[in-house]
Amino acid sequence: MSFNIEYIEKLVKLLEESSLSEIMLQDGEQVIEMRKPDGTVSACHSGGSLASSVQSTVLQAQQVQEESTEEKEAPKTSKTITSPMVGTFYSSSTPGGKPFVQVGDTVSTGQVVCIIEAMKLMNEIESEVSGKITKICIEDGQPVEYGQILMYVE
Amino acid sequence: MIKKLLIANRGEIALRIIRACRELGIQTVAIYSQADTDSLHVSLADEAYCVGPYQSEKSYLNIPAIISVALTTGADAIHPGYGFMSERADFVEICNDHNLTFIGPSVKSIREMGDKANARSTMKAHGVPITPGTDLLKDAESAMKFIKKHGYPVIIKATAGGGGKGMRIAHNDRELKEMFTICQTEAQNAFGNPDVYIEKFIENPRHIEIQVIADKYGKVRYFPERDCSIQRRHQKLLEESPSSVISGSIRKAMGEAAVKVVKAIHYEGVGTVEFLLDKNNKFYFMEMNTRLQVEHGVSEMVTGIDIVQEQIKIASGEKISFSQKDVILNGHAIECRINAEDTEKDFRPTPGEIEGYIIPGGFGVRVDSHAYTGYKIPPYYDSMIGKLICWGKTREDARRRMLRALEEYLILGVKTTIDFHKKILSHDKFIKGTFDTSFIEKYFSEAKAKK
Repeated sequence: MSFNIEYIEKLVKLLEESSLSEIMLQDGEQVIEMRKPDGTVSACHSGGSLASSVQSTVLQAQQVQEESTEEKEAPKTSKTITSPMVGTFYSSSTPGGKPFVQVGDTVSTGQVVCIIEAMKLMNEIESEVSGKITKICIEDGQPVEYGQILMYVE
Repeated sequence: MIKKLLIANRGEIALRIIRACRELGIQTVAIYSQADTDSLHVSLADEAYCVGPYQSEKSYLNIPAIISVALTTGADAIHPGYGFMSERADFVEICNDHNLTFIGPSVKSIREMGDKANARSTMKAHGVPITPGTDLLKDAESAMKFIKKHGYPVIIKATAGGGGKGMRIAHNDRELKEMFTICQTEAQNAFGNPDVYIEKFIENPRHIEIQVIADKYGKVRYFPERDCSIQRRHQKLLEESPSSVISGSIRKAMGEAAVKVVKAIHYEGVGTVEFLLDKNNKFYFMEMNTRLQVEHGVSEMVTGIDIVQEQIKIASGEKISFSQKDVILNGHAIECRINAEDTEKDFRPTPGEIEGYIIPGGFGVRVDSHAYTGYKIPPYYDSMIGKLICWGKTREDARRRMLRALEEYLILGVKTTIDFHKKILSHDKFIKGTFDTSFIEKYFSEAKAKK
């Protein structure tokens, strides 16, 4: 990965077109940080701290999964938003920031509902369904796998 | 020592690696495609992550997904098993970039031995016998000098080739001209590299291979040979150790030749050097597999050495835990690959649900299998259900024990190669040990199999 001008132009475009306010990339000793003018400066999600919290989040994930399957079957009319990749789920674009969506919100197809981070790249996840969010199954910072149900939508 | 290992594979080998990790106190992370949700390796690992849909390229060959799981779970190493990522130099580079220990050799070793023409010249430079052959050739014409000296038949091989692709045998000038361009095209399409060379074709050889293991400190050990001559269309069906035709002195010569080269190229980890043995008991280097192999268990049974544990310990930076003197050949072992295939219909794979599954047991019987009653064999991957390995004090003991174990092995709901193996083990040539790589073709052609 080399930080040449074309690559940087791509990153600028990515930042401009998304609702992200900040992107940080590190390759060895090279670091690029980009921030939108009105974005707040905040700590980046670093790989190191994630690793140490994974144990507890994995356990939490298992509990949450068990709870959600024990509680009830998903209502038959429920649509789902599933993860298209492996990574870490973030409900907002900055830590502690306003979540993209909450239970009760109406979402439309193509609307960004969360971020999944993989290998230090933030991927915006767009909903493929529209309706009202009835349940968000994953906690902020939790690892997710391919095909995992993120949210229920009615 | 490695603390958490991600297994980038599936099926019986994923199970094998998980078992070794358990014994070493290493945490395990499994990856799986949606088609493998109910696979045994998924439930036996400490953590498991779905990495994609059923297609291999989107799951088991999906590098970003695999690396993402490793980083998210805090794994410090990745074991590729065999097949899939095991000989992908690019994958090793990416692991290195992310500070993930790859359980296998270096990028350099994989590339060196992966290029067949290169591997041959390396062997030659170190005095290891190779089949007479040429360097890379531009056209059939430039092969003529070699043909004049060594005659026909010859085999044209793609230097980047594998799995039987880009390989053709020529018996005369006309065939040579035709096959030459066919090989080049096939090689270009399959491997992106049209370079070919030719070798003297050894008719009906035996396939003898030497398992090697090398640590980071230059120490190398070799195991007694494995005879893998029982093959069907270049796919191994049955393997045994030792070979019924290798004397102690040839064993030593082959072993020391393999060690010499492994040391010279600074190879680290486990690997197998494959030789062809001709009718005059002369051996020639064929190729080197820079990974753990399916049949590694056969060597474990005759030496008592846990090859996968050693492999993981070596990758962690430990020294090999035994000397060459400690590698003592004890008895004889045979392995039968149990595949979900219909042997009466050209070995067509038969995926489906295993309705009844009972494995054999008893003294000297080992089963490495990920199957269970109710398991649905997916149609997207290889057809191997498991490996049955039997040990005996002598070759005949091992053969009888294998027959006994095959009688007990019950797999209902899918067709398997169990009955076919019984036929192989009962064949006169097998009992006498007088067979070569033409064995299956000669005595088990499709018409005969229906009897």
